[in-house]
Amino acid sequence: MSKDSIPQSTAALAASFEEEPSQASVTSLPGGVTALKPFGWARNNLFNTRLNTALTLLCCAILWFSVPPMINWLVVNAVWLGTSDECRAAAGACWSIIVVKHRLIFFGTYPFDEQWRPFLACALFVAMLGVSGVRAFWRAWLAGAWALVLVAMGVLMWGGVFGLTHVPNDKWGGLPITLMLSVFAITLAFPLSILLALGRQSSLPAIRSLCVGFIELMRGVPLVSVLFMASVMFPLFLPEGVTVDKLLRALAGLTLFTAAYLAEAVRGGLQAIPKGQYEAADALSLSYWQKTTLIILPQALRMVIPPIVNQFISCFKDTSLVTIVGLYDLLTAATVATTDPEWRPFFAEVYVFAGLMFWIFCFSMSRYSQWLERMANRYNRR
Amino acid sequence: MSENAVIELRKVGKWYNSYHALRDVSLTIKKGEKVVVCGPSGSGKSTMIRCINRLEAHQTGHIIVNGTELTDDVKAVEKIRRQVGMVFQNFNLFPHLTVLQNLTLAPIWVRGMAKSEIEEIAMMYLRRVRIPDQAHKFPGQLSGGQQQRVAIARALCMRPEIMLFDEPTSALDPEMVKEVLDVMIELAEEGMTMVCVTHEMGFARSVADSIIFMAEGTIIESGSPAQFFENPKSERTRQFLGQILEH
Repeated sequence: MSKDSIPQSTAALAASFEEEPSQASVTSLPGGVTALKPFGWARNNLFNTRLNTALTLLCCAILWFSVPPMINWLVVNAVWLGTSDECRAAAGACWSIIVVKHRLIFFGTYPFDEQWRPFLACALFVAMLGVSGVRAFWRAWLAGAWALVLVAMGVLMWGGVFGLTHVPNDKWGGLPITLMLSVFAITLAFPLSILLALGRQSSLPAIRSLCVGFIELMRGVPLVSVLFMASVMFPLFLPEGVTVDKLLRALAGLTLFTAAYLAEAVRGGLQAIPKGQYEAADALSLSYWQKTTLIILPQALRMVIPPIVNQFISCFKDTSLVTIVGLYDLLTAATVATTDPEWRPFFAEVYVFAGLMFWIFCFSMSRYSQWLERMANRYNRR
Repeated sequence: MSENAVIELRKVGKWYNSYHALRDVSLTIKKGEKVVVCGPSGSGKSTMIRCINRLEAHQTGHIIVNGTELTDDVKAVEKIRRQVGMVFQNFNLFPHLTVLQNLTLAPIWVRGMAKSEIEEIAMMYLRRVRIPDQAHKFPGQLSGGQQQRVAIARALCMRPEIMLFDEPTSALDPEMVKEVLDVMIELAEEGMTMVCVTHEMGFARSVADSIIFMAEGTIIESGSPAQFFENPKSERTRQFLGQILEH
């Protein structure tokens, strides 16, 4: 049959583009012809019916009235390095608030003179995340490298050794909180969600109802109340004198909540595996765990990469809710930055900036998942 | 248990809810025997063969394979599955693994064989089913006939004493049936104990030691191919043969 399906399908894709002269050839054709093509394309696609003409004109009008003022506010009339008084006088955005307050936004209430430590910790963390995403580095040493980096991050953040002053974690804030909470929550929630999804399909009624009960409970409750429960109610059940760190409690709440949603995504993948795969594994005398880890999960997880990454992104943004239990994540720290009376009018700029920070991380995840999906499903054709 | 019997079914019964799929099926298969099971759809032939390695659990009666009785005991089931290879109608290859990985996975994990050792054996079986050049492709890149031959090689890599075939050529395009049957005939000539659910009557006539005809969950008739084709005892068998041999 097909000799090599991938080059073939790309070739087919390319062919289908070539057949559509209105789109791809616009850019690919040499000089003189190109100039004519866009008009033809516009006539065929934007002005071909009366309704389309009306919609095209409407869209143009909306863009005409909204884009230039936006650009004026964002760039043209913006104040980049000025004082708050210059900002008040200007018609555009006041980006100087970011310049002045960026350390508060990024690191919250961490002691000002020590803020190189969370900066270094974050840089290490992000670099490690980047390295972990590259397939060539998926080797045993990566686990060791992670262990080292986590210890280094702990030393940097807490201090107390090597002459670093001790900074208790209720002083932490900003980007380190957002990054660590979300990455640890995702890392812990993912294996837990697989167990939950498998448990939900278990033939043992006790395990099945336990998993169903947990998932339905977590899905039926807002994250805010899960965080409240983890933060306020949970300590009530602990014996006198025993305390669990506030950050850890929030992490636990976020992890359990994310795991419940992830479990449903994973279950979707499990259900898509044909019965014949289970039977073939059984007929070869594979045990339950061999069958699950070698045959079923590798196929099921590939299928659900998009919804899984969707949950990861969702979890990343959900970290901003930990503010209600008194933790200073990136967004909360940004909000605190706007409370300075001198800069108070410029809260919009701070939120735009915080939004941009969130977007950078979420968009990276999204792009990475697209690559991962292509790679994982390259040969998985039936 | 009778002399030399490797598979013995005694009054086996099975229900799917209220549907009675197998009714008191009794059957003895000797070592090296090739048995072809045929019958109209819904006659219970697939159910019966799937009970032999407990892909389906029987509810009454006894099934004894190689001296071990099939019960709820997982150890007994795993022991029997290690000795019984199975080939499915829809191949059921693992699409995320290469052909070679499909063949070596179970021997490595179940039998604890060394990777290099089993890879050599796997290549030997791939040569025998005449597709050694496909070893590093993925199942999705192979034709149906090639996939089914990989499935046979995969089962053989576990060094089974018994091979079960559940309609192995039914999902294939006509021009690919022969390449799969040729492999099965070779296997039969080597003395493998085989139980094969199939409608390939030419294969049955030339290879089978005995043919079993099933309908409505019971064995209607069993005997040698000569007797079965030339002189069927029951009216139901004659009717079935009439329909299937017409073309």
